[in-house]
Amino acid sequence: MTASTFATRSNALPPAKGKAGFGGALASEWTKIRSVRSTMWILLALLVLTIGISALGSHGQANNLPTNNGVVAYIHNTRDLEFGTILGQLVVIVLGALGVASEYSTGMIRTTLSVQPRRGTVYLAKLLVLAAVTLVIGEIIAFVSFFIGQSFFSSQGIQFSLSNTATLMAVIGAGGYLTGCALLAFGLGALFRNTAAGIAVPVAMLLVVDILVNAALPSTWQVHIDRYVPMEAGFQMWSTVHQPGQDLSAWNGFGVFMIYVVAALAAGFWSFTQRDA
Amino acid sequence: MIEAQGLTKRYGDKVAVNNLTFAIKPGQVTGFLGPNGAGKSTTMRMILGLDAPTAGTVTIGGKPFAKIANPMREVGALLDAKAIHGGRSAYNHLLCLAQTNNLPKRRVDEVLALVGLTEVAKKRSKGFSLGMGQRLGIAAALLGDPQVLMFDEPVNGLDPEGILWIRNFMKTLAREGRTVFVSSHLMSEMEATADHLLVIGRGQLHADCTVEEFIERNSELSIRVRTPEVDRLAGLLVAKGALAAPDGEGALLVTRLGMNEIGDLAFDNQIRVHELTPIQASLEQAFMRMTADSVEYHATPLPGVPVGVPVGGPVGGPVPQQPQPPQPQLAAPAQQPVQNSEV
Repeated sequence: MTASTFATRSNALPPAKGKAGFGGALASEWTKIRSVRSTMWILLALLVLTIGISALGSHGQANNLPTNNGVVAYIHNTRDLEFGTILGQLVVIVLGALGVASEYSTGMIRTTLSVQPRRGTVYLAKLLVLAAVTLVIGEIIAFVSFFIGQSFFSSQGIQFSLSNTATLMAVIGAGGYLTGCALLAFGLGALFRNTAAGIAVPVAMLLVVDILVNAALPSTWQVHIDRYVPMEAGFQMWSTVHQPGQDLSAWNGFGVFMIYVVAALAAGFWSFTQRDA
Repeated sequence: MIEAQGLTKRYGDKVAVNNLTFAIKPGQVTGFLGPNGAGKSTTMRMILGLDAPTAGTVTIGGKPFAKIANPMREVGALLDAKAIHGGRSAYNHLLCLAQTNNLPKRRVDEVLALVGLTEVAKKRSKGFSLGMGQRLGIAAALLGDPQVLMFDEPVNGLDPEGILWIRNFMKTLAREGRTVFVSSHLMSEMEATADHLLVIGRGQLHADCTVEEFIERNSELSIRVRTPEVDRLAGLLVAKGALAAPDGEGALLVTRLGMNEIGDLAFDNQIRVHELTPIQASLEQAFMRMTADSVEYHATPLPGVPVGVPVGGPVGGPVPQQPQPPQPQLAAPAQQPVQNSEV
């Protein structure tokens, strides 16, 4: 081999302008998320499964409407058109957990932080890209699910309409809830730096806590606690029927759910920025 | 230029890196030599801010790494070639790195060509051989055309061709005026690559000198002496200030006394000598002894005191387990020196 084989600059780079910052970090994280097959498969699974289950759910509901003395006694609840969200939250948790924990499991994080050592910038860029991707996919899912469900119900003479503000908010809320679940898993994945824990802990927080509160607590307590557990609070975001004294309102449910999400993101931020990589 | 001041890392009670102070200069390959677990990787991780030092500071071009406006333009590092997402193609891996520092896309193609990975650029890196992975890591380090390059054990697991390639590559980078800092646990590798050496053992700095100086200081000559009167000659040698140790095969290994003096001493005392052979302790051996996990080698050489020069006069006692002077005794014969003062 000759020395010329090793010429390290075939074209000298232009002098650096400005500073490696948030814009570059965003572009990089977007490249990362779209250049790995696993995230694309998860997004596809999220789309197909959630819409599919929603369609099955609303089909079943619309064809088995409750009656009272032969009169249809159905209470309009937009939640009935977004049934797949219950499954979708599990899929989106996997995506969120992978968002940062996979960099720890592959070791990629050390490369990432060797090119951009400002960790807060990296964390926020990852968070924002994940939030944007899940929000877009989540809203697509929510609206497609709504229109499919709407057609099933309308064939039974029951009309749902997006011109109803509460209905529109609930449909948007369904997509928002999925985004929140992804961010919850993202924060916890960053905290534990482990994909398995990043999946298991949010699933436990959402499903297991809810089941325990409903099954294990005396009903006098359960009534007071249930509405504040993450999944029950989050469900109010995509529901249009809130039992007074039992459920939070949509906005309060959103607020309580976001407290959990923000707490997880803050814990993840601490772990990501303060601990040795 | 990489400068460390009192750099220290503790994990609980365990000290991984202890009070390192050094300056790594541009225009040469600086080898970072130490056995596995000596603290080389930890030091490099602290340089990059991946690990926070327990005490001390380290700067690159006068700034902590995290304060550098465009990190890739200043520093390129290959710490672990496997620290990548195997599901991403080589091209996309490099692209996502380049984007963080707003480097043009064409630079990705350039470095791929530079390391010879153009043909597999669209392949996922999990299918790469060790050598290809290493090349991809080097491509990543070169993306920003940086002035400082760091490689942690870059030749580990490579075939001879790959080793040669990386060696020449590092030398070329240094010739271009860059700072090249490369770690290895193999002395022979450093002899072949480095101009300057930092030797580390158990987190302590043992030497900071050129490779030539290191060889000169540490390859002490010992002489094999075969005689029927081993004990008598050994006693005489020790009385003259030499260290004499049995080599396990009936001969003596003598240090601190020249071949002529040994021959004359034997002649004067009418001791027959059957063999006198000079033996150069290998540098590898010197390095191993220097960094061995042993209480004898705790000391840090003082500035100005050449490493490896035995200090202290001849010790007459027959006991090798006596408290040793704090200076490292280097390049003594492989066996624990036994001083036979008695016949």
